[in-house]
Amino acid sequence: MSIILKAENISKQYRLGTVGTGTLRDDFKRNWAKLRGKEDPFLKVGAVNDRSQKSTEDYVWALRDINFEVKQGEVLGIIGKNGAGKSTLLKILSRVTAPTTGVIKSRGRIASLLEVGTGFHHELTGRENIYLNGAILGMTRAEINTKLDEIIHFSGCERYIDTPTKRYSSGMTVRLAFAVAAHLEPEILVVDEVLAVGDAEFQKKAIGKMQDISQGEGRTVLFVSHNMASVRSLCIRGLLLENGTSIYEGDIDSTVGHYLDKNKTKTSKSFVSPLVFSEDQIVRIKSFKILSKIQTGSEFDYEFVLESRYSNTVELAIGFVTSQNERVYQIFSGNSCEPFNLIDGEQIIRGSIKQLPLTAGSYTLNLWAGSGKIQYVFHKDALQVEVSLGSFKETKIVAHRNYALVGDAKWEYHD
Amino acid sequence: MKEQDDWLYEINAKQSLLAIDFKEIWRYKDLLLLFVRRDIVSAYKQTILGPLWYVIQPLFTGVIFTLVFNNIASIQTGGAPPFLFNLAGITMWSYFAQCLNNTSNTFASNAGLFSKVYFPRIITPLSQAISALFKLSIQLLIFACFYLYFVLKGYALQPDVTLWLFPVVLGILAVLGLGLGMLISSLTTKYRDFRILIGFATTLLMYVSAVMYPIAEVQNSETLSEYTWVVELNPIAILIEAFRYMTLQEGIFNWGLLGYCALLSLMVFFVGLVVFNRTGRNFIDTI
Repeated sequence: MSIILKAENISKQYRLGTVGTGTLRDDFKRNWAKLRGKEDPFLKVGAVNDRSQKSTEDYVWALRDINFEVKQGEVLGIIGKNGAGKSTLLKILSRVTAPTTGVIKSRGRIASLLEVGTGFHHELTGRENIYLNGAILGMTRAEINTKLDEIIHFSGCERYIDTPTKRYSSGMTVRLAFAVAAHLEPEILVVDEVLAVGDAEFQKKAIGKMQDISQGEGRTVLFVSHNMASVRSLCIRGLLLENGTSIYEGDIDSTVGHYLDKNKTKTSKSFVSPLVFSEDQIVRIKSFKILSKIQTGSEFDYEFVLESRYSNTVELAIGFVTSQNERVYQIFSGNSCEPFNLIDGEQIIRGSIKQLPLTAGSYTLNLWAGSGKIQYVFHKDALQVEVSLGSFKETKIVAHRNYALVGDAKWEYHD
Repeated sequence: MKEQDDWLYEINAKQSLLAIDFKEIWRYKDLLLLFVRRDIVSAYKQTILGPLWYVIQPLFTGVIFTLVFNNIASIQTGGAPPFLFNLAGITMWSYFAQCLNNTSNTFASNAGLFSKVYFPRIITPLSQAISALFKLSIQLLIFACFYLYFVLKGYALQPDVTLWLFPVVLGILAVLGLGLGMLISSLTTKYRDFRILIGFATTLLMYVSAVMYPIAEVQNSETLSEYTWVVELNPIAILIEAFRYMTLQEGIFNWGLLGYCALLSLMVFFVGLVVFNRTGRNFIDTI
């Protein structure tokens, strides 16, 4: 297969602080100060600036020497932590901003989907917005004409298509906008995490459409996401970015593997809070720790360290929240045992789940301590963990992809 | 090798001063038309009078100008009725002002759009200049109506043969407005000061653009003789004067001056275009 897109030595530099204060007057002041040999009056404002004063590094490289090639019909997943440079790379690819060095060569038209519904005008009707949005994304009027019915049907907004979009519900607007985007037919499609909007049903539809585009129609797609599950199911190859450089490139499973290794999730968390106890606040969670590996189907061990000044009882809970912000799984001590007795001082409580039912992916943990309906402590998003791929039986690999929970069950023939 | 030659396009770090891809702009012509349509359709949505505002604005301004400048300050407008004289000036001026004001906001008001999707940025100011034509054509119609009215009332009005040059005059005016607007819109991405400046600068500019007085009036004035050049060399004044000459046969029409306007406007446009293009590549990082 031929190479359709090639990036050579792509770098992007941003200036720190000195981009301009925003007003002409301030820049005059700054230059005037420079002329008299005084220090920049705006560097003194606010923060401690010792470092920036001494350092000559006023610049930061958001991307540094990125090289990659994409073949025709390939779906490349670009992954990395926040601040790794994914969005900057997307912006350069979609020509929103220019690279500082390097060149991107392309054999096809690139259409980018950094946002759903770019350029929608709420005073215009749905139909008019389809044309406007389509044209902004690079379609010609003739192209839109041939697809209009399909787009309207896909959006499910037939009845309101001649109503101004300001009368639409937000869900309808998103559906209409996605319908337009889904019917783009560029040679190369660049997609940001736009799929992370909308309800579960819409996301399913969106992912399905993405799969059609890449697999069915053989389009080249560059896909950026935090959601490892959707990256895995959509992409063939992966590019892993860290601190603006590309650190791994290969097939998607090994790239995701590298990413997860790199981000060996923190498995413990200490909480610093003032040691003031009262009737409403009889206990605090001093720390929380995961003692085992975090893998689907494996045993999951954890430890709470509690601190108290009272002799009372307390119940504990851990909640697992998916990256789509769905609270999917909770372990509550009250379901399994009597409340724990508190003592004056530290108390360590350990627990374990026989088989972790969560499928591979990232989850945030909420921690709770309370008694019945009374809540003493609630740490939202206390810890972020990455559940790795695993199984219930040694030989089986859990196939789940789109489900958050899996379980072991007894299956048998019934005579 | 074949593979190295057939790239469709490249995204480069450096770009030559005038890398304007006309083929690409042509491909986006539908977007240009849709922007124009959007501007026109949405401008007066949810207003009771709708496009009637296009009529009301110049009429009221015309009446006020006639009262203030002709009746109170008694500026002479030659053989033409003062109201028609003012209406001619206002019509041309408001087209220029609309081009300038709208394009000078290009980057600031489209930041959201520009940060998400690429299309040739020049489409936006071009669409502004074209949608301003819609307003202009309504106002020209009003002007024509009053023209007829005054003819029927017995004024000896007759368009000059140079009227066929009207599209040229309008073109120069549009090019000048666009050029200035693009230049200012590029500057506003770094300095917001210019956005405030442009607001009252256009108002001040109107007073030196021979909108409500003939250039001759300034030339004849003895107290202002030192500053006559401000109006005489002001391309907008020259163009407005030319328009009045074409329609009312009042004022100065001079091929040399028209050539000077065209040249100056093209220069401004060219500089504006270069600066606009450069800014467009990276402005998202500074806004």
